[in-house]
Amino acid sequence: MNHGVMGSILNGAEAVALARSLPGVDAVGLEARAAGLGTRSIKKASKAHAIDLAIGMIDLTTLEGADTPGKVRTLCAKAVRPDTGAPSVAAVCVYPAMAAVAVEALKGSGVKVASVATGFPAGQVPLDVRLADTEAAVAAGADEIDMVINRGAFLAGDLERVFDEIRAVKAACGEARLKVILETGELVTYDNVRRASHLAMHAGADFIKTSTGKVGGGATLPVTLLMMQAVRDFRAATGVQVGVKPAGGIRTTKDAIKYLVCVNEVLGDDWLSPHWFRFGASSLLNDLLMQRQKLTTGHYSGPDYVTVD
Amino acid sequence: MFEYAPAPESVRPEIREHYGLFIDGKFVDAEDGSTFKSINPSNEEVLFTVAEAGEADVAAAVAAARRAHETVWGRMGGAERGKYLFRIARLLQERAREFAAAESIDNGKPIKETRDFDIPTAAQHFFYHAGWADKLDYAGLGPDPRPLGVVGQVIPWNFPLLMLSWKIAPALACGNTVVLKPAETTPLTALMFAELCQEADLPPGVVNILPGAGATGEALVHSPVDKVAFTGSTAVGRSIAKAVAGSKKKLTLELGGKAANIVYDDAPVDQAVEGIVNGIFFNQGHVCCAGSRLLVQESIADDVLARLKERVATLRVGDPLDKNTDIGAINSAEQLTRIEALTETGAADGAEAWQPECELPERGFWFRPTVFTGVQQSMRIAREEIFGPVLSVLTFRTPDEAIAKANNTPYGLSAGVWTEQGSKILWTAERLRAGVVWANTFNQFDAASPFGGVKESGYGREGGRQGLEAYLDV
Repeated sequence: MNHGVMGSILNGAEAVALARSLPGVDAVGLEARAAGLGTRSIKKASKAHAIDLAIGMIDLTTLEGADTPGKVRTLCAKAVRPDTGAPSVAAVCVYPAMAAVAVEALKGSGVKVASVATGFPAGQVPLDVRLADTEAAVAAGADEIDMVINRGAFLAGDLERVFDEIRAVKAACGEARLKVILETGELVTYDNVRRASHLAMHAGADFIKTSTGKVGGGATLPVTLLMMQAVRDFRAATGVQVGVKPAGGIRTTKDAIKYLVCVNEVLGDDWLSPHWFRFGASSLLNDLLMQRQKLTTGHYSGPDYVTVD
Repeated sequence: MFEYAPAPESVRPEIREHYGLFIDGKFVDAEDGSTFKSINPSNEEVLFTVAEAGEADVAAAVAAARRAHETVWGRMGGAERGKYLFRIARLLQERAREFAAAESIDNGKPIKETRDFDIPTAAQHFFYHAGWADKLDYAGLGPDPRPLGVVGQVIPWNFPLLMLSWKIAPALACGNTVVLKPAETTPLTALMFAELCQEADLPPGVVNILPGAGATGEALVHSPVDKVAFTGSTAVGRSIAKAVAGSKKKLTLELGGKAANIVYDDAPVDQAVEGIVNGIFFNQGHVCCAGSRLLVQESIADDVLARLKERVATLRVGDPLDKNTDIGAINSAEQLTRIEALTETGAADGAEAWQPECELPERGFWFRPTVFTGVQQSMRIAREEIFGPVLSVLTFRTPDEAIAKANNTPYGLSAGVWTEQGSKILWTAERLRAGVVWANTFNQFDAASPFGGVKESGYGREGGRQGLEAYLDV
């Protein structure tokens, strides 16, 4: 096990006590701050820089029952070379059953393979099944595991169980980096999101991620801002840096730039790289590519000038 | 590194080379030919010249306002008056970008604030009071409320158009006519507003705008108006109160402040930090209700200060017309000198000053956001209104001590309370001697909410149902 990335030395009871003692979140104030950051005007060279940065931070995702090896290979090709002159994305995110296909297709490209696991998206299967799911994905060669937390246990107040399960999944990950999906749309309150963020980090998360994209309410700017504040505070307290991944519902360049502005002004340079910040998205990439073409050529192209997969 | 490219506001207002006084619906020069210059505080360039009203001009404007009140406006039905106010409100919205850029150029405040706060809130005041114009009988202020007549109004430079709207909208809605003196450093949007009154076909004499300095204001206060409304410093407010004492003139005063922003140990800390920043650095701290004294519970002071400094270091100081600027220019050389002088006393008295490292433009009037720690109640920076981006941080141990320190000032305009405990908010708010108390927020304004002070922060309310009383004979 890689002790270097374990979040903290706390046991479950200590982590739960700490999570419960965190200061509250004022929803109105948080949303006002996010809205304020959203008004930054990013133009010209800074926009071009932001677009390429955002492309390089994408976890290009396909999580469908209808996914086939062919579909995954198509997506992998796009991940490596999305468009002429455009950078590669950060990772391709697939189900465990498709991980091996993606590993093969991305070999040598530098693009990571991320696999969802732990009974994604609901996670409502026994823990040993979730762990086996994780081990299978790691065995297939996944570089990164996107797990879901046990929202049922969290909402029932059994935070220690949530903590212990994350820790167990982390152990099953081996060298793979662990992204912990909080599914903020189901946790509902900002106070819950802050508690879950700290719980996950103390349990060893390498990334905290907003959503599965499979239930209503994906990432929002305020909720992601709150999670950024959590990773900032966590590093200040423990010295350990954790990444953030908003996922679900981020479709436009304009939105992506708002998130990057938040990273820039809340977390700063240290997090402004694909190693520490990701977008879980699929259709976002094409909008970024179209905006990129617009900046390069001076005119808008259209959906026929970027590829469907 | 993610640097933001310059993002200048593309709309530029048409600024004339010279503006006259606006009397009886027309722009005219001062009778004695006096003029003065308005400069851009961000680069010290002259923007335009403007006529300076003297005693004769004040007399002419007040006479025009009297005539307009007796022949047109005072007799007009409320619904008709409301139509004019709605028209003004709509025109302000239509020309919002132009007004926002003009305000930013003449005042030095960032375009972000004029665009998102000053101008929309000014328009909102006209919309709100337009609605009251035909409903004054139902304002709960007594039967058949009557206008006072002619109102003399003197406004400050910190929110030029917004203060104008706080003054003019309720006065007109209640059937009064007005003579208004904008501040000498920021007459532009008041003069553009005069043009807008012409565009709205407002009857001549209902609104008169007299640019000028202290002498013009003094002449207005001594002229035969029925009411004086003033927003500005406590020293000037006191002299106005003396001048109208013993006359039948009514008076409302909105004066200085030294607001306490109280942060308890159970506060939502990230939002409290935002509230502290917004409380003192909004509008370069040129805000009478600014949260200039941070009272933070000693047990969390170090944590809050660390977060605060980290946040203040991200503020972008510079070109007011850049859409990404958070802090613009200080309004005038005079104000900058005052801020510098008071800041020096802070260091001399033993407080520790902290400023973020940020480059300031070479020309213009600039001051870095400043946080003073180790401030004691006895120091001048804890007692006197600085009216600039300078925060004094004090600590307290218990709620009683917080209240005692917060109230230990001659002022009483506003205060802030930060805690997640509702009962503590109420306990604190009912003990604070301040006209406005914000809970878990700061610097929030709404046309429907009355604003005003107690103690040496003045008397009378502006906005809301209560604000109507200042312009009605009830």
